[in-house]
This record gives sequence, structure tokens and C-alpha cells, in this order.
Amino acid sequence: MTESNLKKILDAGHFAFTGELGPPRGANVAAIMEKAKFLVGNVDSVNITDNQTAMVRMSSWGASLIAMQAGLEPNYQMVCRDRNRLAMQADILGAWAHGIRNMLCLSGDHQQFGDHPQSKGVFDIDSMQLIGMVRKMRDEGKFLSGGDIDDSPKMFIGAAANPFAEPFDWRVHRLAKKIQAGADFVQTQCIFNMDKMRRWVQQANDMGLTEKVYILAGVTPMKSLGMARYMKLKVPGMDVPDDIIDRIKGVDKKKQADEGIRIACEQIQEFKEMKGVAGVHLMAIEWEHRVPEIAERAKVLPRPKV
Amino acid sequence: MIVAERKPFQEIKDMLKDAKKVLTVGCGTCVAVCLAGGSKEVGVLNAELKIARKLEGKPIELGAATVERQCDREFLAELDGVIDRYDAVVSMACGVGIQFLAERYPQIPVFPGVNTTFMGANQDVGWYEERCRGCGTCFLGITGGICPVTMCAKGLQNGPCGGTNNGSCEINQDQPCAWQAIYERLAKQGRLASIMAICPPTDWRNQIPRTIVQPGYAKRKQLLAK
Repeated sequence: MTESNLKKILDAGHFAFTGELGPPRGANVAAIMEKAKFLVGNVDSVNITDNQTAMVRMSSWGASLIAMQAGLEPNYQMVCRDRNRLAMQADILGAWAHGIRNMLCLSGDHQQFGDHPQSKGVFDIDSMQLIGMVRKMRDEGKFLSGGDIDDSPKMFIGAAANPFAEPFDWRVHRLAKKIQAGADFVQTQCIFNMDKMRRWVQQANDMGLTEKVYILAGVTPMKSLGMARYMKLKVPGMDVPDDIIDRIKGVDKKKQADEGIRIACEQIQEFKEMKGVAGVHLMAIEWEHRVPEIAERAKVLPRPKV
Repeated sequence: MIVAERKPFQEIKDMLKDAKKVLTVGCGTCVAVCLAGGSKEVGVLNAELKIARKLEGKPIELGAATVERQCDREFLAELDGVIDRYDAVVSMACGVGIQFLAERYPQIPVFPGVNTTFMGANQDVGWYEERCRGCGTCFLGITGGICPVTMCAKGLQNGPCGGTNNGSCEINQDQPCAWQAIYERLAKQGRLASIMAICPPTDWRNQIPRTIVQPGYAKRKQLLAK
């Protein structure tokens, strides 16, 4: 049985660096291969999103298998919106059987945002309960119902956290609940408000949570002023302070992308030194081809071999 | 109460295209209170149908009756002997009343005059809001008297999700985030411990048709079945 590379990297105390790959709106294998080639060797594991923003895409496990063929280690995302506990457990078994070793357990964006707003959202269980279910499958070898599993999946279990959404004081407690449910690692929402992130990590340190879970700080480079404004105004739960907008606005239009990467690299530098942060999760949205440059400039290369 | 809204006129008219004698039956309880299917709404619908069919050159004969509750045999019985004179019925009760009426008179086509929408509260005249989904596993005791199954768009039991937007739900700025409200109420009551514990997966009990026989009535049910 191969072990999760991400787990090995983190357990060895290395600063982890993970990426993201959104599956295509179709069965386009070449599109995945094209994105993957910029990520191979530059990240420890790649999140494969699950019908992100409630738009139909190639299934997360399907794209994960292709990513593996391309030489990537997938972090298989699963949302609670599209399947009930039977389908979830079946997919987890199938994913494990095919060599998928990491999972990220999410609630999922509401279907009203996506391309099928008429659909029935499932939400049979929530992300907290999904984490607990994957842990039960792994540690007890049991289905949620209590039935025995014949050769149980041993997923490295991930969860998401948004330190920026209200109510702020509750967020660290929700992190504690996810750890209690069984999360091994946590990837945060895209961070722009560093001050708030510092406070949240401090709270997690004070509560002893960072000794129980690996926190990977979410970093998204701004591609342009338009993107920065969009993230600030249109994306729920996103906190983009004005100083980020001002910095992007302050440079020539042709240099905005470069400035966005510069900000991201400064953040990564700070996270490398921040107590309680075990790595960075880079969400270069539809910007996979810039990942090699970002990884280089952020001085996270070469990736450790463990 | 059960809240409904009247179906679009065109849809009702299309359902009745082959009917010549129609009885419109209102319900005097929930749907009357929420202004969707009481005696007043029965009168309005009949007036609309009469004019429309006359304009089409297909006049229709219409009757009107409103019973106290269509979900109760005792009140439905008032229609015995009346309903046989019609070739179709429009029920303006909730889905329960419509089905109970259709069950009592299986020989006559019964059509819905309203869309039954939710169990809700009366905020003001003509303004109703959903508060309960009838999940069958009430945990309002944990969540400070605010139902996340109903009031959270994702029905989360361990919220809030990461999409809360200054106290609003990510789906709509005008919809308060249920979990923000739960957090604030419990914080004020000093009861946050109640949501610090993980709420386990729900035992969904609304996935099959449900029957309740209250304690002490089981024998009576057996006798009735005979």
C-alpha cells in the first residue's frame, strides 16, 4: 500500500506546498494533462475540485485518476451537495481502491450558484459528519451504519476552514470540531487579510489545536485589479482588504499579475515562519501555467522527497 | 400553519379544459389564513374562470363551497351528495386536503388550485416565512430555537459554512445566516457548549410516508381497521 505523499511530507516536518486543478467542463483528458504538466514536481499534492461553484465538471475521482497518470498525487475533494451517505461511501471505497490517498471534505457551494440551480441539493450529511464518516471507515473499519468494511480505506483526511467569515470568534471552535471529527490537515480559504489570519492562527495555537492538525494556509495570487475587485465584492466569505486592492492598482496594468505574485510570495514567506502553519495551499485559479514561476519565486523548490 | 400560494390562472384553466361543471372547494383553516384558498379566494377564482370560459365561447358552470378543514372527514362529509353534481373539483386546500378530498370521492377528478409551499409563520398580513421542514428529529433544543434544517440553505447541523457574508446567507443578502443567529443567541444565553459538541448525522425520518398514533390510541386504531 502506498502512503500519502502529503502525509509523509507533513509528518517529516517539511513545509508542505499543495496546488489545485479544476477538472474540465467535459471529458477533455488533454486539458487535465496540460494543466498537470505545470504542477508535476512543483507541489506535493493537488486538490481536484468536485463540481466547484456548483457547475458540472468531470467527477473529482475521475479527474484524480487522470492526474495520477500525469504523475500528480491527488487530494480528492468531496462535497455534501451532490450525493448521499451511500454514494459517498461507495465513491470513497472506489477512490481508495484506485490509489487515491487524500481527501478534502467540504459542504460545497449551494447549487443555486451553479449551472443547475433547479437541482435538489442533497446535504444528507454535512462536512463535519463527512469527516467523521471517513475517519470511522479508516480507524474502525466500519461504514457509517456500523457495518464492517471488507478492506477499509485509510484516507489522509482534510478539511476546510474559513478564518474570515463571521462570526470570527466561532471560527476557531469550528476548527476544533473538525479536528475532533477526524481532520488530519486543514486548508484555509484564500487569505488576503493577513492580520485576521495571524489572530486566527494565534487562537488555534493557544487552544493547542495546531499540535493536533496540520494547517495549510490558502494563498491565491491576484491576476489583475479586476480579479481583486471581484473577489472582494462578489465571492461570499472572502475578505480582501483595501491595501491589497491599492497595491495592485498602484502598478502599471501590465505589471498587475506580477504584483499579485509578489504579494503571494510575501505571504508564503511569512507563513514559512508562522508558528502553527505547516504549509501553503496555492489556489492559482485557472493559472496553473504560472505555478512553476510562483513556486520558484516563493522559494519552495525543489520539493522534498520522503 | 401550512402556507400555500394560488397556482397561476392559466395552469388551472388548462387543467379544467374538458370540464363543464366544476365545484371549487376552499378550506377554512391554514390556506384561508394565508390568503390562498379560503372562501374569498374561491370566489375570485370562480369569477376569473367564468369570464375566461365565456370569452372562449365555452361557458362553464361553477359551484363554490368552503369547508372548515379538508384534512378532516367530519368536515368533508358536508360535500357528500353535493359533489356528485359536478364533473370536476378544484381543491384550494393544501396538498393534504386535496388528497383527502380526492380519496373520499375517487370517481371525480380533483385538481389542485394552489401550490402547497411550506410550514410557516405569519410575519404580517400577506407575509409568511418558512420555519419547519418536518424532519421528524427536532433538535431546536441544541440550536437555540432556530432550525438549521429549514433556515440554513445547506441544512447544516454543524455550521456555519464559510460562505456567511456579514451575517447573511451566501445565497441571498436578504436571508440571514441561520448559524450566525444560532451562535449569537446561544452566546447571549451562555450556552455555546451546546454547539461545541459535534451533531451526529441525522436519522432522516421523513423519507417514507409517516403515520403517528398517539399513545393510548393504538387499540382504537385496531378497532377502526376492522
